[in-house]
Amino acid sequence: MNTTTIEVQTTLDSTPSPSIRETSLSSAQIIGYDHQQTVGRITVDNPKMVCRDVNVYYAKKCALKQVSLDIGTNEVISFIGPSGCGKSTFLRCLNRMNDTIPICRVTGEIKLDQDDIYDKSIDVVQLRARVGMVFQKPNPFPKSIYENVAYGPRIHGMVNGKAEMDELVHESLERAGLLKEVESRMNEPGTSLSGGQQQRLCIARAIAVNPEVILMDEPCSALDPIATAKIEELIDELRENYTIVIVTHSMQQAARVSQRTAYFHLGNLIEIGETDQIFTNPRHKLTEDYITGRFG
Amino acid sequence: MNKKPQRDIKTIVNASLARRHAAERRFRWYGLIAISLGLVFVVLMFANIISQGYSAFWQTYIELPIHFDSAVIDPEGHRDPHVLENADYAALIRASLRAQFPHVEGRRNLRDLYNLVSSNAPFRLRSQVLDNPEIIGTEQSIRMLASATVDTFVKGNIDRHIDESLRSIKNQEIAWVDQLQASGQLKQRFNTILFSKGDSREPEQAGIRGALMGSFYTLVVTFLLSFPIGVATAVYLEEFAPKNRWTDLIEVNINNLAAVPSIVFGLLGLAVFINFFGLPRSAPLVGGLVLSLMTLPVIIIAGRAALTSVPPSIREAALGMGASKLQMVGHHVLPLAIPGMLTGAIIGMARALGESAPLLMIGMVAFIADVPGSFTDPATVLPVQIYLWADLPERAFVERTSAAIMVLLAFMILMNGLAIILRKRFERRW
Repeated sequence: MNTTTIEVQTTLDSTPSPSIRETSLSSAQIIGYDHQQTVGRITVDNPKMVCRDVNVYYAKKCALKQVSLDIGTNEVISFIGPSGCGKSTFLRCLNRMNDTIPICRVTGEIKLDQDDIYDKSIDVVQLRARVGMVFQKPNPFPKSIYENVAYGPRIHGMVNGKAEMDELVHESLERAGLLKEVESRMNEPGTSLSGGQQQRLCIARAIAVNPEVILMDEPCSALDPIATAKIEELIDELRENYTIVIVTHSMQQAARVSQRTAYFHLGNLIEIGETDQIFTNPRHKLTEDYITGRFG
Repeated sequence: MNKKPQRDIKTIVNASLARRHAAERRFRWYGLIAISLGLVFVVLMFANIISQGYSAFWQTYIELPIHFDSAVIDPEGHRDPHVLENADYAALIRASLRAQFPHVEGRRNLRDLYNLVSSNAPFRLRSQVLDNPEIIGTEQSIRMLASATVDTFVKGNIDRHIDESLRSIKNQEIAWVDQLQASGQLKQRFNTILFSKGDSREPEQAGIRGALMGSFYTLVVTFLLSFPIGVATAVYLEEFAPKNRWTDLIEVNINNLAAVPSIVFGLLGLAVFINFFGLPRSAPLVGGLVLSLMTLPVIIIAGRAALTSVPPSIREAALGMGASKLQMVGHHVLPLAIPGMLTGAIIGMARALGESAPLLMIGMVAFIADVPGSFTDPATVLPVQIYLWADLPERAFVERTSAAIMVLLAFMILMNGLAIILRKRFERRW
């Protein structure tokens, strides 16, 4: 995938550098700031999203420190790391879901194609139509299955007329591998489906608006292994058309579905690289400890 | 190391077990006693009201043969409506009563005799004649409202054995009533007047229709004002307003407003709506405005609780789809919260229905005999009607007071039941 390589920041620097602390912080009140350099190549050739020096603060607590990362077009990239490491926080930066948390503040630069998504000229509505999201807990609307999928296209005015909507709903459900199971009961509430079906319904709902990027926040954590397998299969198929960012607690899942893997630890992006390399030959001590199960 | 002899954990736990069980049993008993006490008081209250009020739903009528004497009604025989309207119909009743009781003599005794029949009986005769002038010259058996004293006596609420000077019905009146009863001329019928007429000084002619309509108009104004404003406020505060010192202050104030004595709202209504804006006194419009002020905090608090109970995952789902905040609220959060809001609103309305103190301040306590026909007609409301009747000494008013309370309670139960049904019906699981 990534042929030309620009190696950046390969040095291991596990102790906080005083110079960084002084230069990158305007306020001495920020707590929990101990930045670590990222190991591995953060760039890709044809990036879909480019993130540079992203910091996230919850009130005065720094939850994400100087994260720089590219997300390639039509790749599946997984974020792994122990609880509270900032992987979900970073994911939520990518479609500005953190905006809903009043105490949350994001600095740095995140670009989707050429647009800085934190720029004032970008409306979150437009951004979220381009960057869809699937949540940890399946959260279909308490409406019919049909309405769940039709909701996005309807509010964005993407279709004209009932026939077109029907087609789009069917197509989205088909792509989410759910059509066969729900075709005969489109008017039943989405909440009546099983957990795995609900999650696929949420994926169908997300792809109905034809986003460019799909963010998945631990999409399988509430599901049994069979439902998980189905979702993973689906992610593999969706990769052809979409860029997928997936946060997962399961390292096996990351290994199965993603091409690149990023390891987060205490708000730092510790290591990023090809999934195979991360799992077979981690270069950072923390990554190695984590994937070999010494903690996490 | 610890050298103390190790006691067996089993014996330690067993030692305290009996005490713990006793405490639990004691607590259960406290709960049972509290509930039974509460139930006893409810039963006592209902028993008292019903035993005093049930008789008000029946009314005594006296059936008298009335000779529609054309010489009295229409001496010239032209059937001129104007003449028919102004004829002395009371004379017909007097004649009939005299015919029934030929031995009564003396002005005072005769007046007592005539008072067996309610004072509105001549008007009934008049309307009958105006409806159908054909009956002039014929003799008809007409059912007439008995006076409240007769009614009360017939219902057994006056003891005939106590001294005459201590009761409101005289011995000779009792004799007449007994005679009428013996001849089957006394009839008990369902008291339609109670539900079809406004207030009156004569208990047998007094009804709660006026108060019911007043309550209805007042509550319509209250609901139309307080529900939309309350819901909008709740939505804004919960979903849109920034969380800062100002919104905290507003929240504290709203919670305080819910606890303000209602009479204060009445004073405010008097000062602002009547004195400043010059709205009419005693009008359901003003009553509704005052009661909406009182109901608003209740609806806002219930509305906010309903909104917070909508799980955040639904909000995230909508926002993640690219819905704007208003779309998120309008399409997803509000539909889920509306049943809870409606429940709060209905309970608030039930409270407003039972409210009397603030309405006293804006003049809805006046004696109003007419049934109000609009939002600006002078009116009173059911609880104020109860308050007014409760002040009156006649036994017939006492039972009507209880009857009005029963009607009010019935509406309260109906509204609270509706709230429960709505909650059960539209409760969504997610």
